[in-house]
Amino acid sequence: MPRRNDLESILIIGSGPIIIGQACEFDYSGTQAIKALKEEGYRILLINSNPASIMTDPELADRTFIEPITPEIVAKIIEKERPDALLPTLGGQTALNTAMSLQEMGVLEKFGVEMLGARYEVIRKAEDRDEFRVAMEKIGLKNAPSEIARTLAEAQACIEKVGLPCVIRPAFTMGGSGGGIAWNHEEFDTIVSRGLRLSPVCEVLVEKSLLGWKEFELEVMRDHKDNCVVVCSIENLDPMGVHTGDSITVAPSQTLTDKEYQRMRDAAFAIMREVGVECGGSNVQFALNPENGDLIVIEMNPRVSRSSALASKATGFPIAKFAAKLAVGYSLDEIQNDITKVTPACFEPAIDYVVTKMPRFAFEKFPQSDSTLGTQMKSVGETMAIGRTFEESFQKALRGLEVDRVGFSGKKREFSPEEIRQKISRPAPGRLFALYDAFCADYEIEEVSRLSGVDPWFLAFLQRLAVEDRDLEGSVLEDFSEKRLRDLKRRGFSDARLAQATSKSVAEVRAYRESLNIRTGFRLVDTCAAEFEAQTPYLYSTFDASSDEVPPTTNKKVMILGGGPNRIGQGIEFDYCCVHASLALREMGIESIMVNSNPETVSTDFDISDRLYFEPLTHEDVLAVCEREKPDGVIVQFGGQTPLNLAKGLLEAGVPLWGTPFEAIDRAEDRGRFSEMLNKLKLRAPENGIATDEDGAVEIAARIGFPVLVRPSYVLGGRAMEIVYDEKDLRRYMNEAVQVSPEHPVLVDRFLEDAIEVDVDCVSDGKQVIIGAVMEHIEEAGIHSGDSTCVIPPTSLGESIEERIREATRAMALELGVIGLMNVQFAVRGETVYVLEVNPRASRTVPYVSKAVDVPFARVATQVMAGHTLAELGIQEPNPDATMAVKAPAFPFAKFPGARADLGPEMRSTGEVMGIDSNFGMAFAKACDAAGRTLPTEGKVFITVKDSDKRSVVLVARSLTEMGFELVATDGTWRALSRHGIPCERINKVHEGRPHVVDLIKSRDISLIINTPLGKVTRYDDGMIRSESYQANIPCLTTMSAAMAALEGIQALRHNGPEVCPLQDYFADKLEPAEA
Amino acid sequence: MPAPSSPALLALENGAVFQGRSVGAQGERACELVFNTAMTGYQEILTDPSYRGQGVVMTYPQIGNYGCCEADDESRACWTEALIMRECSPVSSSWRADSTLPEYLMKHNIVAMDNVDTRELSLMLREQGALRAVLSTKELDASSLIKKAQAHPPLEGRDLAGEVTTQAAYDWTEAQAESFEAPGIFDSNNRCPLVVFDFGVKRNILRCLVSAGFDPHVVPAKTSAEDVLAKNPSAVFLSNGPGDPAAVTYAHSTIRTIAESGVPVLGICLGHQILAHVFGGHTKKMKFGHHGANHPVIELESGRIDITSQNHSFAVEESSLAGTGLEITHQNGNDGSVEGMRHANLPVFSVQYHPEAAPGPHDSAHLFSQFRKMVENRRIPTS
Repeated sequence: MPRRNDLESILIIGSGPIIIGQACEFDYSGTQAIKALKEEGYRILLINSNPASIMTDPELADRTFIEPITPEIVAKIIEKERPDALLPTLGGQTALNTAMSLQEMGVLEKFGVEMLGARYEVIRKAEDRDEFRVAMEKIGLKNAPSEIARTLAEAQACIEKVGLPCVIRPAFTMGGSGGGIAWNHEEFDTIVSRGLRLSPVCEVLVEKSLLGWKEFELEVMRDHKDNCVVVCSIENLDPMGVHTGDSITVAPSQTLTDKEYQRMRDAAFAIMREVGVECGGSNVQFALNPENGDLIVIEMNPRVSRSSALASKATGFPIAKFAAKLAVGYSLDEIQNDITKVTPACFEPAIDYVVTKMPRFAFEKFPQSDSTLGTQMKSVGETMAIGRTFEESFQKALRGLEVDRVGFSGKKREFSPEEIRQKISRPAPGRLFALYDAFCADYEIEEVSRLSGVDPWFLAFLQRLAVEDRDLEGSVLEDFSEKRLRDLKRRGFSDARLAQATSKSVAEVRAYRESLNIRTGFRLVDTCAAEFEAQTPYLYSTFDASSDEVPPTTNKKVMILGGGPNRIGQGIEFDYCCVHASLALREMGIESIMVNSNPETVSTDFDISDRLYFEPLTHEDVLAVCEREKPDGVIVQFGGQTPLNLAKGLLEAGVPLWGTPFEAIDRAEDRGRFSEMLNKLKLRAPENGIATDEDGAVEIAARIGFPVLVRPSYVLGGRAMEIVYDEKDLRRYMNEAVQVSPEHPVLVDRFLEDAIEVDVDCVSDGKQVIIGAVMEHIEEAGIHSGDSTCVIPPTSLGESIEERIREATRAMALELGVIGLMNVQFAVRGETVYVLEVNPRASRTVPYVSKAVDVPFARVATQVMAGHTLAELGIQEPNPDATMAVKAPAFPFAKFPGARADLGPEMRSTGEVMGIDSNFGMAFAKACDAAGRTLPTEGKVFITVKDSDKRSVVLVARSLTEMGFELVATDGTWRALSRHGIPCERINKVHEGRPHVVDLIKSRDISLIINTPLGKVTRYDDGMIRSESYQANIPCLTTMSAAMAALEGIQALRHNGPEVCPLQDYFADKLEPAEA
Repeated sequence: MPAPSSPALLALENGAVFQGRSVGAQGERACELVFNTAMTGYQEILTDPSYRGQGVVMTYPQIGNYGCCEADDESRACWTEALIMRECSPVSSSWRADSTLPEYLMKHNIVAMDNVDTRELSLMLREQGALRAVLSTKELDASSLIKKAQAHPPLEGRDLAGEVTTQAAYDWTEAQAESFEAPGIFDSNNRCPLVVFDFGVKRNILRCLVSAGFDPHVVPAKTSAEDVLAKNPSAVFLSNGPGDPAAVTYAHSTIRTIAESGVPVLGICLGHQILAHVFGGHTKKMKFGHHGANHPVIELESGRIDITSQNHSFAVEESSLAGTGLEITHQNGNDGSVEGMRHANLPVFSVQYHPEAAPGPHDSAHLFSQFRKMVENRRIPTS
């Protein structure tokens, strides 16, 4: 059946900010779907609060609503825009849950909106644990024995039936949020209570633990003719008990006999049919008992997912795109295979390589939290690698993880046998290397398998690699025969590892290898294992290729280096820039070549670039692509720190870099050279110094005065950055920081308390500089810019200060010779403007700025790098007053119970949202709402402020009282308010005895917190307050300017509630000549 | 982990040579080389009699991971002449396994080689078509092996069914294993006697037939029509098998007699191709055939698509069916080739692919029940 003509417009719901369990995979799927549906001529409405996504680019959907994804807001959009249909299966659990609420609220019925992809009953059947269990029993499939509980007492009664350990799964949460494995009654009570709280329907499933069983996933698609296909099977290297998002996974499945695999395939289709997914993609997870082959269904997701993104990248079969086409009437046989262009999409990809996905963790950012992996996802990103064999693929994935590993190689043998056993048994991020240590210590596969639950097939290869790696140590490079070296390379050993082992340089290893004619080859991802000719150049490197496929063209071409796996501080924002660069290059008729290793992203969609190389971002891997393609230029300024770290090596290897010269990057990063530049331009930085040892740091601090901001040089996301208040603290820090980065010195800056921080993004062609936006942080200085709420245009900077900031930015961009993007961070205290940091590359805020002022800066920067001038391009400085935009961070604290949730110079947010409106208060309120910290319109407000704020807080407090809020304050603030006749209740500080303020927050009695801190002592106390507020999702305002903003927001909310408006309308008049 | 083992050499008729590591029996085998894209099911492939005369390149690089188990043998022996892999797993990891793949290959005297760039080899076969080849662990002189490959008779014109068929007739009673049943086969109340022509039948076909309510009596390929009809079967089944269907001339007339007697007939793979010849159609050698477990087949009447298991190097020529009484019922979704036929007046139908799977998807297992239904409705006059 062809396209449905009874539909005209379709609403797509995105997934909101990047959080653990919901990352850029939904930008990838959503973007694919929007493109596919636009191609079919539908009018597309989109809601997504995430400004860093490609999908929210105004040119993609017809009407793009950057608004909080809540049922109330979506209802408003439906009422205003009257879409014919709603497609809820592309925006993760957020979209699914929102769609469910809309149905329950009667909105869809009222406005005659049809749910496409998955109907209400289908979602319910798949997501409701009880209904799903009944459905599985009906078709003769087994579920893990389980009981459903709605109270703690009910749950406790379940233990008798399922036993301990057991798994607790809250209903309707994503990424296993709030779930976990309970080993004892105490843990059980904690996890159940948390689960009941987080489940929107207050329901948990208490399930028999299948620890040690093998885990598999199938990605399946079904169309309305009942054609079903498996796109990809995935086997988890980590056994059951570790969330699949946190598991190392391999595609296709490796250890299933055909009979077992087909049984699983039959089961997956039966589940699709029974649950009633009429068309679209689903993910089905199974557990298999390695002792006897017993098969148990774990769960199914009737929507695209992280795994479907992985499956799409692993096979070349674009699931989300096809799911969108199926939703509007097509059947699989009517869709063409994008890779072969001659065969239909109704087939099952056959692959002739092995794909390994590895999770990337960020526990170093949450040191107090438990790094044991369980049923709740904790990783923040992932990398994928393709190799011809498991060994090659596995070692490439380890390199691609960018965790300072050159492959499956140990750093030193630091563990005792007891420790090794313990580390093997406990699923945690470093377990892989405990396996390495075990094999180096000659443990048998059998024992390692028993302890870890990892299948012996995987272990056989890990053992072989580990022993090989161990024995390499101390080898003489020239002793390697051609055969031996080729064998090592084919099994994924990197030049870097061989260099280490032979005490040579990477260049020497490379030269020797090439002298033996051992070179990187490239193979195609073709969906069909070579059966048909592939038309789409989607490639991976291997040392197994004896010939070359799809040879490079002679076109003018430019290579873009992506950002690798998502991590805190480097994520979707950079991918956004890379995608824009690729699109811009293609528009200019330049062939674009993408190199990246992140399967979640839009940039690794083979549709985005002329050529895609799915490769780890390491020197060896990238250089191999450069040597093959011989690009006219390589763009390193869009992918975050990852490509910048490669820039020097590439340059030395003779690779031409595009954009800002490398020298400028060094000049901005090197403290000494940077200071010289500031002096030359008569700009000021906070007093500072560079310390190479502990005493040096103390000396500098004594000179410039405490508090000081300390950090290792060359870091992103504020890794190991801290504010220290005294010598003791500084000495403690120096011991830790020097461990973090021994080869780089530590920077010591005077910390400017009470300053306003300002971010500026600009683009320069070397002659002219266009300021994208000046952004004012609402939080006090000292909080990482990625974690701060920032507003365009500034609301409290004077005009002259703003102009000085703009001037300083221009001067620095020209002085550094920036070609492309640059970001500057300033601090403003009184009338003084300080330059904190200059980054001559794309910043995290580029997509936000681009959307707030409606200029695609990454694209402009690419055009500039290609040699166009800003004047030629007709780019003018955007009018910052066209809208009010607020960017707010989303934090993962709820996933790391026990971790302190205080904010500081080390970035800890995973994502961001944007609120946009014509009025600042409402933009702020929207941003808070979108970030999950909704501003209250009534209730109790807790206030505790530093002395200097006690005067201004009176104004805020009075307004709140007038609006009917009740106030609670700690002693000092309480006194100040009482003196002004403002009714207020007094509460103990934490050290004053209970009940204190933290008790009050925990009891959920508070709906808003105003807490402005100063100095170390209060910082500690405030840390606890804020930690609790983030756990409880209570908005916490830490500056008076934020409090004022919130007040405006609350007033706006109480006045008439939020209005929805698409981006396209904010800038509708921009097309008309605006010269005045 | 494997001991560094002896070398093996694969030489092709086009002069190409691939060096690798011997992972099976010692020896030398000449064959026609094809590639198979199935990612699981190597043991079923090795024991499928249809591979007589052919060597198989597995495109999936990791083979042997789950070892081998007797229950997965598709016939009494291994028929594949040679097995070429990227990496043969030295360990087997499965609760079902009773041997590793190398052990199994040795036991069944199969010459096999790994450590080969199998994608390179597959690309060559795709471009140049199936090629004659010699795999040897004995003689390692390339030019001599190339000459042997060139001298090896091509598949065209060879009746290999006669080589693999059973010597004596036997009854088969085993149904599908309960834990691995294909959905879509519905057991019937009363059992029907069925004669199965063994041109190289796979056990799972027999199992599926039993599950669908038949009592198969398996007879040698050269059994006469009289002998078959004398048993008064409810239906006759024509199995899969190796070689050129045009060369199985003895079966053509036998089957014609049986079909025209009004006994329902189902043919699979070689059986399907033989039916084309029976009614006057032709078959042709394909460039590199269909060997895999992911081929879409369109049922023309409903438009429905089954993902199928396939293994054939010959195909029915569509244009040759005009005037034969045969009409096309199924078509390959990738290349449009003939995948199924039925007779306009007689209760005869056939498919090119493998509804019994093993290895491969179960999507088309319903054909066995469809066959059973045809038998039941046999005496109901059709319009």
